[in-house]
Amino acid sequence: MKTRDLSELAVRNLREAVLRNSLTTLGVAVGVASLVAMLSLGVGLQTLASQRLSRSGLFDAVFVTSQRNFRGPRQPPPPDAAPKRESRPLDDDARIQFSKLPNVTEVYPQIRFVTDVRYAGKSESTSVLGLPDSSRSSGAFDGMKGAFFSSPTADEAILQIDFAKLLSDQPPSLIGKELTLRYAERGALSKAADDDEALLDSMMGSGKPGGISIIPREKTLRVVGVIESDPSAGIGGFGGARVYLPLKTAEQLHVAQPDDLQAFLSGNSAKPSYMAMTVRVRSPKDVLQVEEAIKQLGFATFSLLDATKSLRLVFTVFDLFLGLFGSLALTVASLGIINTLVMAILERRREIGILKALGATDRDVRSLFFAEAGAMGLFGGFFGVALGWLIGSALTWGTTIYLHRQNLPGVKISYIPWWLALGGIAFAIIVSLVAGLYPASRAARLNPVDALRYE
Amino acid sequence: MPSAPVFIQAESVSREYRLGESVIRAVDAVSLSVEKGEFLALLGSSGSGKSTLLSMMAGLDRPTSGAIRVQDRNLAELDKEELARYRRETVGMVFQSFNLLPRMTLEENVELPLRLAEVNRADRESRVGEALQRVGLGPRRRHRPSELSGGEQQRGALARALVNRPAILFADEPTGNLDSVNGEQILLLLREIQDSLGMTVIMVTHERPLAEKFANRIALLSDGRLLSDGARR
Repeated sequence: MKTRDLSELAVRNLREAVLRNSLTTLGVAVGVASLVAMLSLGVGLQTLASQRLSRSGLFDAVFVTSQRNFRGPRQPPPPDAAPKRESRPLDDDARIQFSKLPNVTEVYPQIRFVTDVRYAGKSESTSVLGLPDSSRSSGAFDGMKGAFFSSPTADEAILQIDFAKLLSDQPPSLIGKELTLRYAERGALSKAADDDEALLDSMMGSGKPGGISIIPREKTLRVVGVIESDPSAGIGGFGGARVYLPLKTAEQLHVAQPDDLQAFLSGNSAKPSYMAMTVRVRSPKDVLQVEEAIKQLGFATFSLLDATKSLRLVFTVFDLFLGLFGSLALTVASLGIINTLVMAILERRREIGILKALGATDRDVRSLFFAEAGAMGLFGGFFGVALGWLIGSALTWGTTIYLHRQNLPGVKISYIPWWLALGGIAFAIIVSLVAGLYPASRAARLNPVDALRYE
Repeated sequence: MPSAPVFIQAESVSREYRLGESVIRAVDAVSLSVEKGEFLALLGSSGSGKSTLLSMMAGLDRPTSGAIRVQDRNLAELDKEELARYRRETVGMVFQSFNLLPRMTLEENVELPLRLAEVNRADRESRVGEALQRVGLGPRRRHRPSELSGGEQQRGALARALVNRPAILFADEPTGNLDSVNGEQILLLLREIQDSLGMTVIMVTHERPLAEKFANRIALLSDGRLLSDGARR
């Protein structure tokens, strides 16, 4: 029999016992829906976590420090530390070198300093951090009151809410107001001072000319935002800052850094150097290669690559379990298909006999029952995916309402990618066909004389 | 007058059924030949083996021993696929209980053998119309079997049996579920069709008067054995 005729007959047969077949199809749909909803939840949570982590910059970043940085007084060198190479300062030359490495998308120094903040006659001491413009899309500023910096060089500041509370009882009211930073600028010594320095060096016998000057400065900044969480935790990896400036603005301040003292003592004070730099790479898979290249240049590195691997493992196991639970419902549904088709054979024995008497082959009869099982799988799969999407949307909707009540931004916790939708339908068809195997072959084996005799 | 060539040849055909320890011989070494264009009535009481013999000649069942040759093919040696093709292309069948599929309309029932034979859709419509016209059911084509009388249902079944233009028509007690008037009308129609198309017809019946009135020849069976295969008229 031709496929079109077979399909028409199958659909006609399904329409005849519409209630029973609809209930069986609904069983398949519920099974597929549970599978799709579970997996969409797994995919959604994984996507959400990946996006958040990726935007946070933790997993596509290499944190670089100079090998000459101080260790704690009781900290010995790491046991697997590489053989000591020539120690290099983490300065602008190094920054340019890093930016030329393959797959590097951004390199920025960590500018962090302690300052006095003055506002309306109050003076508070706190820590300031320069934020790169890329942190605008990190997600850390979602839900912030006010706005992100208007430009990478704007004289603007974002305040952490606990610090803002020290300046005003109504922190949001600070937005648009100006405050003043008092900080120590690192300057080059004048020619005369340099000569004096050289003389002093020769008298002291250090033999290392050079020096720095520290000048107190003030900078007026306009407050553009007040944030509740600490956005720097995911950016520099160290956290703790309470006032944030655009990185370029912070760089232009030439604030004296703790490294300056070390550079001065080691005689490399001619150029400013940084405590740490963040090197962003194209994707987490590039981290290892870039990290290795930076180590080869003589710097110490740190990344969270291993944590990413663990995270993927956790989500894979999570998906597996969700899939297993979802499949249980589909297994029950497949028993329903077997039951429906076996009952149909009993009821349609005579019909099978007639078909065979009219010249239907065993294959025709088998195909007819198979097509009916497949049609139930197709419809069940289609409605199941739609139902799964509805369940996922309801979960997202409920979660968003809950989060909004907690003053948090809504998230999409359920996500059905195209492969899950198509896979759900295909899986339903396959399960239905497997469930139809036994009834179909039993129907095909019926002896036409016996079948015709059946009342 | 020279006789027509033998079309169907049953050679010592037996059919046994096993029921636990006992063996029931429904057909016992029957040898019978049927000529092309002949109308043969298999006459016998209930349990005489006439329907079993018909089933074997129609390719629905296989003999336990012996051979059934149709156009030089031994049906006992055909595999399932070949036997299905024989039923589809060579044979038309009419049953006592009509056996129309209740959820299909009359024309869909008649179209069914054409679907199975993979006849293209354009030809199907004309052939279904032609078959229904022949049995006088053209205007009832969209009716379901439940909306037809017994006689109409059997005429519909006859149209379904004819639509594939078979060489042999097997009728198993075609009047068994009909009153005498309708029964006669059906056999009259069957005879007319047989005459006009030159088909071979083998009919099972237990009604001797009908057999004598419409058949060319009567073969009498009893307890699975062929008592007489009569003279051709």
